[in-house]
Amino acid sequence: MEKSTYYNPADLAKFGNVSDWQPEMGRKFFDYYGEVFKEGALSEREKALIALAVAHAVQCPYCIDAYTADSLQKGADEAQMMEAVHVAVAIKGGAALVHSVQMMNKAKELSM
Amino acid sequence: MKSLHAQHHALADTSYQLTVLSEAEAAGARLPAFAHKLRESGLLPLRPTELAVMQVNVGKMCNQTCRHCHVDAGPDRTEIMTRATMQLCLNALAQTTIPVVDLTGGAPEMNPDFRWFVEQISALGRQTIVRCNLTIIVANPKYHDLPEFFAKHGVRVVSSLPHFSAARTDAQRGEGVFGRSIRALRMLNAVGYGVEGSGLLLDLVYNPSGAFLPGSQVGLEREFKQRLLREHEVVFNNLLAITNLPISRFMDYLLESGNYESYMQKLVAAYNPVAAANVMCRSTLSIGWDGQLYDCDFNQQLDLNVAQNAPQHIRSFDAAALQDRAIVINQHCYGCTAGAGSSCGGATA
Repeated sequence: MEKSTYYNPADLAKFGNVSDWQPEMGRKFFDYYGEVFKEGALSEREKALIALAVAHAVQCPYCIDAYTADSLQKGADEAQMMEAVHVAVAIKGGAALVHSVQMMNKAKELSM
Repeated sequence: MKSLHAQHHALADTSYQLTVLSEAEAAGARLPAFAHKLRESGLLPLRPTELAVMQVNVGKMCNQTCRHCHVDAGPDRTEIMTRATMQLCLNALAQTTIPVVDLTGGAPEMNPDFRWFVEQISALGRQTIVRCNLTIIVANPKYHDLPEFFAKHGVRVVSSLPHFSAARTDAQRGEGVFGRSIRALRMLNAVGYGVEGSGLLLDLVYNPSGAFLPGSQVGLEREFKQRLLREHEVVFNNLLAITNLPISRFMDYLLESGNYESYMQKLVAAYNPVAAANVMCRSTLSIGWDGQLYDCDFNQQLDLNVAQNAPQHIRSFDAAALQDRAIVINQHCYGCTAGAGSSCGGATA
């Protein structure tokens, strides 16, 4: 019996099934997805590392599994993968921290 | 680390490996037979094309004990090809126009008759490929002149370097292997190997250091070239991306790490009929250290000899009879047909 959790690793392989209930939109999405990850101005490895960083920022366990494997497959090493995650962390942390300017502004507005 | 053979490990028994291969499952059902996939692709029985490569495994002895080795090679393996068997290979070669002899092992250079064999192949006007593990060149002073010897005979050097990162290379090939490999690559570069215009070919073999498939050979080659030049001043010609086949020590790693079934599923899901049509066994004859004949070096390590209706030993070599054989296949063959395909010459599709 499958575990009763919101995330099941086996569901990752069923991603394609999302087209079952809306084939046209599903096809367009996956065509676009495939096109995005092709070698272009950025290499496939660079794109995999960007996806890995974004996966952490959006905290998607499916994407973390998929793009850890994909980054290794595209030749990235552990140091590159951890640096990519730190980029996501810096932006997420920075995004929170930069709002403290608003806090400072408001505090100053309300203070003597 | 000892070989599986020296450990008396269950996987040292090739019939047990074949049982494990036959039992791989996905979602509770047996994986489709490789023969079934080939039939769907119109390739069953799998027949040879023109014989282009004689691949000779001159022995299982090696100075390294890599975690993924499909030969289960290592310092504790004593099986080695004799000069008499090499002579039988040369006799067969002389009867044919096979242009390339691909020497593998173990570390082929550790065979005491290795240099003699290369000289004889060269005298027959055939190209020699040596699958050199790099570290052998710096392992002992008696091997330090190998780069000059290779250059003298125009040998094409094909060397494993699974990653441009020391940590990933050492995890697969042993502590300190990356540093020694870089030293050896510089020695090869110094005599002209990998240097544009020298005519001396130095190719690197990338194989994944874990339970995943290789990415694009072109992309990996570009990355390797940039990193090795920038960080180590090393140059080479081509990168050959090779998939790890699920046998021997790589099978042991997959089973021990809990990755076996998912890896087999990945290989099956990535089956590519174009790669299947281009598998190397169609144009290769593989010869074992004792002269027995196989369709490829992987079949050799699984004791899967060529079909019974074909000559079984190099002493009874018969090109026409071999051409009539059906190539022996099994579940490990999915490794050569996944994605962009895999062969001793890299991607095939």
